[in-house]
Amino acid sequence: MLAVEARGIVNRFGAQVVHDHLDLEVRSGEAFGIVGGSGSGKSVLLRTVLGLHRPNEGEVRMFGTEITHLGDRALRALKADYGVTFQAGALFSSLTVLQNVQLPMLEHLDLSARALDELALLKLQLVGLPADAGAKYPAQLSGGMIKRAALARALALDPKLLFLDEPTAGLDPISAAAIDDLLIRLRQELSLTIVMITHDLDTIFRNCDRVGVIVDRKLVTDSLAGIVDHPHPWIQSYFHGERARRFGVAHGT
Amino acid sequence: MHPNPDKASIHLTIVGDGETLCVTLGGHWRSREVGDIEREIDALDFSSHRRLRIIVGAVVPDLAGAWAVRRLEQRAAERGLSVDYEGERPVTVALVDAALGDAAAVSAPPAASRGSVLSALGHRAFDTARDWRDGLAFLGEATVRFLRGVFDRRAWHPISVARHVYDTGITAIPIVALIAFLISVIIAYMGAQQLRKFGADIFVVDLVTVGVLREMGVLLTAIIVAGRSGSAFAAEIGAMNLNEEVDALRATGVQPIEVLVLPRALGLVIALPLLTVIADAVGILGGGLLCNVLLDMPLVQYVQRVDESIGDYTFWVGIIKAPVFAILIAIVGTFRGMQVRGSSRELGRLTTVAVVQSIFLVILADALFAVLFMEIDI
Repeated sequence: MLAVEARGIVNRFGAQVVHDHLDLEVRSGEAFGIVGGSGSGKSVLLRTVLGLHRPNEGEVRMFGTEITHLGDRALRALKADYGVTFQAGALFSSLTVLQNVQLPMLEHLDLSARALDELALLKLQLVGLPADAGAKYPAQLSGGMIKRAALARALALDPKLLFLDEPTAGLDPISAAAIDDLLIRLRQELSLTIVMITHDLDTIFRNCDRVGVIVDRKLVTDSLAGIVDHPHPWIQSYFHGERARRFGVAHGT
Repeated sequence: MHPNPDKASIHLTIVGDGETLCVTLGGHWRSREVGDIEREIDALDFSSHRRLRIIVGAVVPDLAGAWAVRRLEQRAAERGLSVDYEGERPVTVALVDAALGDAAAVSAPPAASRGSVLSALGHRAFDTARDWRDGLAFLGEATVRFLRGVFDRRAWHPISVARHVYDTGITAIPIVALIAFLISVIIAYMGAQQLRKFGADIFVVDLVTVGVLREMGVLLTAIIVAGRSGSAFAAEIGAMNLNEEVDALRATGVQPIEVLVLPRALGLVIALPLLTVIADAVGILGGGLLCNVLLDMPLVQYVQRVDESIGDYTFWVGIIKAPVFAILIAIVGTFRGMQVRGSSRELGRLTTVAVVQSIFLVILADALFAVLFMEIDI
């Protein structure tokens, strides 16, 4: 079964064509990595799939529902089914971390104050934040803690599908590895489907089952083992460049 | 929202069997239903039983659902019931156990301690004093930077100053002119109504001319500019602060005061007197129009009377205040912008503070000027 399916997506900004009949398929239960050069339209693709941006052409299905022409109310209900984290965290700066996690719950669920507190705290514990972090404001958190808090907010409604925009960007290798571990653990425990935009080769090799690379305004999708052998020059230099070498990604292995 | 009776049986099927209370889980145990499930659990009556048997069946709770299962266990345990399962205890419940641990550890963050009224007053006084001290320090630093910059060609930022003259001055002309026109019409109209009773219609002209030139022209212009540009200064610099742009400037070795504060202050010092001249002109024009329409006064006579009523200092008394008001507005706006830290709420709060304080300071300064001019008899 497909969790996310996008067909023939065309996105144009003025004369600039970002996506030209791009296709995307994400299977239920898999972790799907989206890779691409700066400015190749990764974030636009994510915004399109999330229903935040309406494509010029093409259709997007989430759990089988076509969303590009969905009304506000139906789209709102659908938004409870997936969680999103944004590149810079996008935590609400005037709310504490706990209130940040509670905001989607208040919006979509009808809970008692006790349930609200405990469930929010549960999510914080789940992503490995200490209990006292809940009372802090986003400005008081470190980069790694912001990523975790954003993850906790994305998990607030127990979604089956998680979209992550650069979950490890801007973190030191140890914190990034900790986030990778966390994602692997959460995926097992909560049987999540994860779609992530990332540049971090570590994250791709440890977490992703399949990878889609945006080249020439289209998405080239293959398994991890398959994609490294793709002949496209950008993909070659991405997976076989200087930085990739330490992972031992040699041609043909 | 109250659970209706039909719904109450969806998640829990209860069979009391002597000592044992059998609860069969049903329906979906997901986040969306947890509100209802919790109410059903809280409505359960354990009083006549000693054991709780939870029959899981085919239910697969998600994390929120697992929290509800755990809540059911806890409620039973609180009443002294022993809990067992028919079938496996859902794995997600164990996950919640691990995450939440001891329920006692779950406590709301302590509320900020509240002192007495007296201590609150003291805190407030100290905060206000510190605020004024910081403001004065800021003004002092800006002055020192300005004086140093005068002798350093590189510290002049003519393009930046020009931009601020445009943003705060040129673009404000329409609204300033419109308001000056309306205000002078109001003054002339009110004056005409009263002065007509004494047959002193001609003094309406004096009223409009002196009122607009000495006070209303510059004061209204300053208040409009404080609302437009004081808020813009605070919001722009505040957003730069949130975005770490101000830190980036410092790290580059550029003084934020030099590039952010001084060009704005200088631009406003140039723009506000010019705006005031426009407001004065449009104000006198408006008065003339009303006198012509309402009092049948020929425009030639109006202009003659205006000329007679303007003393040596009437115009200068008004215009001299404009640069002072400009500095007050610019310093308050930029100072509040520099104070923004951490959150978007702070940005909104300090922008509001900037506007309110700059208007207050403008009016206060105007009052002081009035006293001063009276003392020196002009």
